[in-house]
Amino acid sequence: MASRKNSELITLTAMMVAVFVLMWYLNGNAFIQVDTLQSMAFQLPELGILSLAMMITMLTGGINLSIIAAANLSGVITAEILVHYVAPDATGSGPLLIIVLAIAAGLLVSAIVGLLNGFLIAVVEVSPILATLGTMILVKGVSIVITRGYTLSGLPEPVLYIGNGLPGGVPMPMILFLLSAAVLALILNWTRLGQYIYMIGSNPVACRFAGVNNASVLVRTYLISGVYAGIAAMIMIARFNSAKADYGEAYLLLTVLASVLGGVSAAGGFGRVSGVVIALIILQLVSSGLNLMGVNTFLTIAMWGAILIGVMVINSLNERYQLLARFPLPRSRKSVSVSQG
Amino acid sequence: MNSSSSHSVASAARSPQQSELWLTRRLKSLSRHHETYVGLVIIILACLITLTNPSFLTLENFFDLLKSYTFLGILAVGVLIVLLSGGIDISFTAVATVTIYATMSATLAYGGNIVTVFLMASIIGVILGLINAVIIYFFDIPSIITTIATLNIYYGLLTVWAGGKALYVMPDWFAAFADIKVLNLVNADGMPYNLSIIPLIWLAVIVVAWVILKYTALGRGIYALGGNPAAAQRAGFNILRIQLFVYGFMGLLAGIASVVEALLAQRVMTNSMVGKELDVIAAVVLGGASLAGGVGTLSGTLLGVALVAVIGNGLTLMRISSFWYNVFIGLTILISVGASAYRLKLQRRRAYVVEVE
Repeated sequence: MASRKNSELITLTAMMVAVFVLMWYLNGNAFIQVDTLQSMAFQLPELGILSLAMMITMLTGGINLSIIAAANLSGVITAEILVHYVAPDATGSGPLLIIVLAIAAGLLVSAIVGLLNGFLIAVVEVSPILATLGTMILVKGVSIVITRGYTLSGLPEPVLYIGNGLPGGVPMPMILFLLSAAVLALILNWTRLGQYIYMIGSNPVACRFAGVNNASVLVRTYLISGVYAGIAAMIMIARFNSAKADYGEAYLLLTVLASVLGGVSAAGGFGRVSGVVIALIILQLVSSGLNLMGVNTFLTIAMWGAILIGVMVINSLNERYQLLARFPLPRSRKSVSVSQG
Repeated sequence: MNSSSSHSVASAARSPQQSELWLTRRLKSLSRHHETYVGLVIIILACLITLTNPSFLTLENFFDLLKSYTFLGILAVGVLIVLLSGGIDISFTAVATVTIYATMSATLAYGGNIVTVFLMASIIGVILGLINAVIIYFFDIPSIITTIATLNIYYGLLTVWAGGKALYVMPDWFAAFADIKVLNLVNADGMPYNLSIIPLIWLAVIVVAWVILKYTALGRGIYALGGNPAAAQRAGFNILRIQLFVYGFMGLLAGIASVVEALLAQRVMTNSMVGKELDVIAAVVLGGASLAGGVGTLSGTLLGVALVAVIGNGLTLMRISSFWYNVFIGLTILISVGASAYRLKLQRRRAYVVEVE
């Protein structure tokens, strides 16, 4: 198994280098200027942290369709508090305290959404796709009711720093993304919870008979997923200087795309944070490179879809080839089991 | 549920004791069906809405609802069949968008009539659906990932091609077809109202799907594949043919639904449908279809669409702000899927107890 994981990482890294070289070649030195790299580092983290939120649930064999809705609700809650109690140009420690409280409230809300998902999936035993589809619609509805469909804008300066700050030349969102990725990698690779998450994804029944409390692991998984959505929300509202019920809905399917591209199995049990990070870099390189060439954004979206299918086809052919090499079939070729999505 | 009326006539002839037994049995069997609960919820909601606004329970309102939910209803039938086969399709909104844009562009450029529009939309839809099936079958890629990818590809390429331009000028005969009425009636106030031809398209789709699911080997194959793919293959079902049909049929219905949408709106936008795919899936799920495959009925799906329609229409008629729409739909889905999952869980637990004894 270890060799399979590594070969996937090697494929991804090679692909990343190839895409980088290709984009460099196509764009010339404009592609490696500090400006370009910085703008990439500003753009990647939103989708990146949301992808991590998606990834951890996919590792257990689940999915979390409510991440964007949860992110928007926590953004709306934070922005609602800030817009009412802090003037955009406020200074001093009083407003700073309110800002901290507002962010805490936003993160708390996304944690609650995560707990609700966890409860539905682990205790009521609703399938993850249905439970999170329901919470997605419900949570978005709550955001719409709170904002009455309007955009909340005019956030104070310290909040904007989360999305636009450049401490030491490194964009603040990038720092938050790297921290989030590191923490998640730590949880997955070094804690018991992480090990249980992979076990549940591989075989939930075996996991239970091994004495693991599956329900508790699932609740904590969806809780982490919710909190990560909340962190992404803070970057999102800071970058847009506003919050709305339906920001970033196109991200939802992209987070699945980034996870799968990064080697996370849709059936659960396999996938590494490093793979997802590399996949995100590939997507960002493609998007920024094409953007620099003046290519239509929608062509980029189509390209991402094509890359996803390409990677899956290569993996599938590779697996089949290895299988055939080990167990050659003399006559009929068609005995590969039919797996369903 | 359909047969209950004919049974109740027969039961009148039975002795009181017998009929009581029959009634408990009947109620027990009804309580096992998800459709019963959805139906009950619809009836309760309908009563509540009618109490606040009597115009809910009029034929006029019913005809209006039929017309405006034909688009969702046609897509729901396609999604049901994909779910029954154990797959899922996210790309149908993109298929619909590509189909109608290509069809109407060609029609505006080279002329045509309503038949060629439906024909061309069907062909393009089927082709795009078959592409999904081929990728899913030959490369063994999970259907959710395949269709997420093709959604992005179809929609991305179309938007590049269309350059974000919408088609606003439809031919006269296109508007004339949308105006065809099959039934003209007059309400109590003397105002005329009518049944549009559009719901008949939905009806035709339902009949075709019903015949396929109920009376053909293909239909049995779809249920078998969703229930247990390995067993279906061993039983001799041609998996490739079933997959081609399922995703091709979804494409066909996406094409037809896109024409319906264009008939109603009398314009073609590139961004009006993509993003609604989960709403359609939600309606089918409300109707009791399982995402694991093999479980679900056409009547349940229609009730699911009806429930969504009643909630949307009810909010308007009860003068509740449409901002609450998502909250109600979300709560309904959570309660519905929560209740049926919890019932299953209790059943399983009971089964364990028997095993231990």
